[in-house]
Amino acid sequence: MNITDILLKLWQDSGFAAMDVRNGIMLAIGCVLLYLAIVKKFEPLLLCGIAFGCILSNLPAANLYHPELWDAFMHHEIGYGEILTSGGLLDFFYIGVKTSIYPCLIFMGVGAMTDFGPLLSNPKSLLLGAAAQLGVFAAFLGAVLLGFTGEQAASIGIIGGADGPTAIFLTSKLAPELLGAIAVAAYSYMALIPLIQPPFMKLLTTKEQRAIKMEQSRNVSKTEKIIFPIVVTLFVALLLPDTAPLIGCLMLGNLMKETGVTDRLSDTMQNALMNIITILLSVSVGATMVGTTFLELSTLKIIVLGVAAFILSTCGGLLGGVIMCKLTKGKVNPLIGSAGVSAVPMAARVSNVEGQKANPSNFLLMHAMGPNVAGVIGSAIAAGFLLSVFG
Amino acid sequence: MLTITFGQAGMFAGLGYATIFFGLILLMIVTVLLGKCFCLKKKQPVAEQVVAPAPVMEAPKAPGAAGGVKLYNVEPKTAAMLMAIVADKMQKPINELRFISIKEVEE
Repeated sequence: MNITDILLKLWQDSGFAAMDVRNGIMLAIGCVLLYLAIVKKFEPLLLCGIAFGCILSNLPAANLYHPELWDAFMHHEIGYGEILTSGGLLDFFYIGVKTSIYPCLIFMGVGAMTDFGPLLSNPKSLLLGAAAQLGVFAAFLGAVLLGFTGEQAASIGIIGGADGPTAIFLTSKLAPELLGAIAVAAYSYMALIPLIQPPFMKLLTTKEQRAIKMEQSRNVSKTEKIIFPIVVTLFVALLLPDTAPLIGCLMLGNLMKETGVTDRLSDTMQNALMNIITILLSVSVGATMVGTTFLELSTLKIIVLGVAAFILSTCGGLLGGVIMCKLTKGKVNPLIGSAGVSAVPMAARVSNVEGQKANPSNFLLMHAMGPNVAGVIGSAIAAGFLLSVFG
Repeated sequence: MLTITFGQAGMFAGLGYATIFFGLILLMIVTVLLGKCFCLKKKQPVAEQVVAPAPVMEAPKAPGAAGGVKLYNVEPKTAAMLMAIVADKMQKPINELRFISIKEVEE
């Protein structure tokens, strides 16, 4: 073997020789997403990992992620054993998505960081959390109209729930081939909430309504806060057993926070565990963005349907708020309705900002947190319903 | 893979939206009842206090306190928060500042 042969072999083994147009485009998309995460600060904690996962899985010849293995797994031709023996690093990471471990653990952390006090002091907020799921089902209808199957349409619809872990949980079970596109759409739109929601808030409410100052809610006792996660778990999981993993983890995290006797565990859930799972989840979701499945017309359709779902969910929540405002003779500011689209606490912050634009002495944040956390429960119920129908 | 018609999808969508409302309305009822139970529990000791009122005593002023603050249309909680923010911004202990009145400015 002479030096030319060695150099030729090195070239043939390199990723440069194996690179095709699709790889190139996906690497460019990964870099654009990194730009959005780092420079524009669009959900950087997640988008950074997603973008880098996309880059890693599209490196030719690196064999970090094998979509063909997962296709065979989906068709029950192989099991986890084969993936563990033949897979790459990102395949191992992806097992956590496929088994729903990551979304559930993220929900545990979210629960440990959530205060259900505003919801308990104003239980009517739950209605706004329900109204703001309109986009889920509207986008589902739209997706069916555009030719997606029932499972795919359900996964696309859940983008309207504005809840990343729920979207990943449902999509990994119903339409894993769309996971990359759906996760990117969901997290990108969540980051764009301060741009997407305000025009519709102004369109659907009057200035007088936006200026309404809401009265301070009652104080909620510690016992109530401890009982609430237990009641919700029993109640929602009995109503829709498919929601049990998500709701169970959300409420376990919240219970640990509220009891006051498990502070160490609650702290771990809120910080260390949440951070570790965020890294694994984001990289493995990004890894699913391989050129063969991502660069299709369906991705474009998902992006359009996703934004429509977000807008319609916002409108649903706002209309619920307007109705509640009329029924209470002006005691409820309809702006808190738009916070029903989960996306905690971004959507509640947007309600607060818009309320202050109409009346600088208006503080809606705590009032909007009620529908905001109700939206998390609402989107979990929506996912449970879709899973029970199409799962 | 389940291919469904638009009519079926409409039915699923309607049923799904109704299920969310149904679930959350039931949860709302449970939460309201839970809240009522706790409100009733809280009110009972207050009623007992009315039977035997404690002698009214003026609370001693905190060291360095500079008298009361007149509040106009401002909740005491909000006023306390504002005073804490001002003290924090000025980097001065709150008992070295004197607030005469706090008034809500309406447009």
